[in-house]
Amino acid sequence: MTPPRARKAPATPPPPPEPQPYVPPGDVVLHADGVTKRFGGLTAVSDVDFVVHEGEIVGLIGPNGAGKTTFFNCLTGMEDPTEGRVTYRGQVLSGAPHEITKMGLARTFQNIRLFPNMTALENVLVGRHSRTKAGVFTAILHGPLYRREEREGERQARELLDFVNLGQHANALAKNLPYGDQRRLEIARALATKPGLLLLDEPTAGMNPQETAAAMQLVRKIRQQGLAVVVIEHDMKFIFNLCDRVAVLVQGKKLVEGTPAQVQADPRVVEAYLGTPATGEAS
Amino acid sequence: MSNVVPSGQPTGPYAPTPGRAQPASPVGRVVRQASDGWHEFAGRFDAQRVPLAGAGAALVVAGSFLPWAAFSGFPGKMTLSGYPGGVRAYCLALVVFAAFAFHRRAGGDAAGEVASLGMLVVTLYTVLAIAVEGGGLVNVAVGGWLCLVGSVLLLAAFGSQPRDEVVEPLPPGSVWLQLLAIVVVIGLMLMLVVEGLSIEASNQFVAFLVAIAFFLLAAARVGVTAWFQAASERQRMITIVAALLSAAVFPFTQAGSNYWLRVAASVGVFAAVVVGLNIVVGLAGLLDLGYVAFFGVGAYVGASLSGAEASNLDVHLPFLVVLVIGALVAAGFGIAIGAPTLRLRGDYLAIVTLAFGEIFRIAANNLDGTAGPKITNGPNGIPGVPNLELPGGFNFGDSHELFGIELAYFANYFWAELVLLVFVILVFVRLNNSRVGRAWVAIREDETAAAAMGVNTTRLKLLAFAIGAFLAGAAGTLNAHLTTQVSPDSYKFDESILLLAAVVLGGMGTIGGALLGSAAIVVIPEKLRFVEEKRILLFGVALILMMRFRPEGIVPNKRRQREFHDDTSGADATSAPPGSPVATA
Repeated sequence: MTPPRARKAPATPPPPPEPQPYVPPGDVVLHADGVTKRFGGLTAVSDVDFVVHEGEIVGLIGPNGAGKTTFFNCLTGMEDPTEGRVTYRGQVLSGAPHEITKMGLARTFQNIRLFPNMTALENVLVGRHSRTKAGVFTAILHGPLYRREEREGERQARELLDFVNLGQHANALAKNLPYGDQRRLEIARALATKPGLLLLDEPTAGMNPQETAAAMQLVRKIRQQGLAVVVIEHDMKFIFNLCDRVAVLVQGKKLVEGTPAQVQADPRVVEAYLGTPATGEAS
Repeated sequence: MSNVVPSGQPTGPYAPTPGRAQPASPVGRVVRQASDGWHEFAGRFDAQRVPLAGAGAALVVAGSFLPWAAFSGFPGKMTLSGYPGGVRAYCLALVVFAAFAFHRRAGGDAAGEVASLGMLVVTLYTVLAIAVEGGGLVNVAVGGWLCLVGSVLLLAAFGSQPRDEVVEPLPPGSVWLQLLAIVVVIGLMLMLVVEGLSIEASNQFVAFLVAIAFFLLAAARVGVTAWFQAASERQRMITIVAALLSAAVFPFTQAGSNYWLRVAASVGVFAAVVVGLNIVVGLAGLLDLGYVAFFGVGAYVGASLSGAEASNLDVHLPFLVVLVIGALVAAGFGIAIGAPTLRLRGDYLAIVTLAFGEIFRIAANNLDGTAGPKITNGPNGIPGVPNLELPGGFNFGDSHELFGIELAYFANYFWAELVLLVFVILVFVRLNNSRVGRAWVAIREDETAAAAMGVNTTRLKLLAFAIGAFLAGAAGTLNAHLTTQVSPDSYKFDESILLLAAVVLGGMGTIGGALLGSAAIVVIPEKLRFVEEKRILLFGVALILMMRFRPEGIVPNKRRQREFHDDTSGADATSAPPGSPVATA
């Protein structure tokens, strides 16, 4: 795919974006089919179809209140969709959040939700919970299973901390980490659940440009590990530089989906964010 | 976003970056900036500090050897001269400590000041007690007055020094030094316990506790307690063994009478229950206000299956079997209560557990054959629980001779309780450092995030409830033998509150805290009879004071300590703002 050069709108706006051939890198990982979520009379998410392929980075953008996080919650079991269904590698996702995490979906939160009074290392170790089995008895007796899992767990947790560049803060309390570190720790904790699909909810919110650039590198590195990534973000530069595909959610509905070039060029997206040109000085 | 759940975490996109972790102990940072009225006043004596301190110390030492009371009724042989008995010994110990602290190292002045304040409080309290008991200040003899004046002089001498010094952590020292310190300190602790228990007068006991508290505070100022903590952590096994040994030899000491062994065994049982409650409250963060009910279930099972006359079940099973059955039944109750209620969070769960505790008590009061099946004998309970007997024919009701010392028969129960307590502590510590314990703490911290990280929150909360109930039930079966009778009145709401008070007072999520909190809650009412009827009130006051001054508890969990004191990032919580003037006169 050629990198889109035409950042500024061309002199003659092409009315319908031509369907460019986009070759998804792998099999379908996640398939949301007609997902609708209503809260009483409010329809937060309305009939959204959404597909993520293996090794893909997909952006999810939209104005505030468009239903992006609600859609995430529907994917991760924190909300049950009112209608529609979500499948992950062919299996229907349903049930409690911890079951969905075990199936291979991991997420971070828009407002960081680390375990503030646990150390960075412990935070990551909690992420390994669903991939380990040591129960009460082996823990009390320090049985072989416990010892193996603890040793292995700590090694992997430290590797993950190094992966997100937090290795030297393993024993710091999560709440004492600087903001950007907390975001990365949340990613490390999500990766500890060994997901096949990582859902990042505004991973760069509150970050400075250097941290944002580092976050972009990190997401690319994660993709190299064979994971699919879905990112909600308001930072357009971040989204359009990073993602293979971008979906735009407006008022709960999927407005546009396509490559960054297609989405950027789509007048409906501009309209959703800035309003119609007819309203005047919006530029 | 329409459904963002507030996390209660103070971080937002624009929240300032919080400071790095700082130890909450005074070591490694500015002790205190002297800017309050007292230090400004005391600062005037800076030039005279050496003569002041010398005179003060001389007066206190002299006063310690002179009589304090003009009548002989006061405890501690206070009328004798040339003998520093009773309260006088505490003043002497504090002044010796202050002498060591005197300008030895950074923080020494602060330590000396605390020690002097301790002397002043102890002396003042004793002088007032003598005056009240003797019927006037005339009864206070010269020694008391000398100590009073001396401690004021010392306070001024130490207070005159600036406080803006940084206390460096003490060097760890050699392994032998650490081992020696551990053995000495643990031996000293045993001595202090024996000494404290053998004090008969309430007044002296209060003075004793106050002196120890100030001694520890002063030691913390020079970094000694932090050093010892680090040393005992490094030599963990040795510390544990030494502590266990010193607890095991307690029946051989002069405090090893049946009475005090009974109290000590009750402390142990209480502590076992508190540690169990600590799993539920301290680790998993589930506020359980009806926890004593599980203890009661265990006790009723223990009493019913042990061949008591009044038991409605005509069985007599071996104790270990009863113990397991009692614990399992209690765990069953825990699951039965937990399964429907653990969806609730916070306050709602607390109310439901409170109700469960009441239901248990009322049910035990009514299952007497008239209002329901005859199981508990109603308000009469099940008296006459026989002594424990081990398979080899070892009867706990007989006194035994060991190493040529005739031991009170309650020593048997004391050791049995010690074994139980060690087991409960082992369960707590090992679970805390495991996948299960981490998941519990994660649930306490943020249940939604824990679920999103793959933690089956419902199951783990139920597990916490069940294990907590299991341990309480095990302790209950032993307690049925200890108290020889079981009645509904022992398992009232008050008891649940006392258990929680012990958890909070001692420090949530720590073993030392649970032990200390239990000891305080059981021993203080035994020692101070006037406390007993007002104990709920007094512990309430103590809890309020703790919440204000030391919310992490007496023995803080490292995690919680940082939780409460970290935001100060480097300065003492009570310190003045950095710009304030330092009173060096």
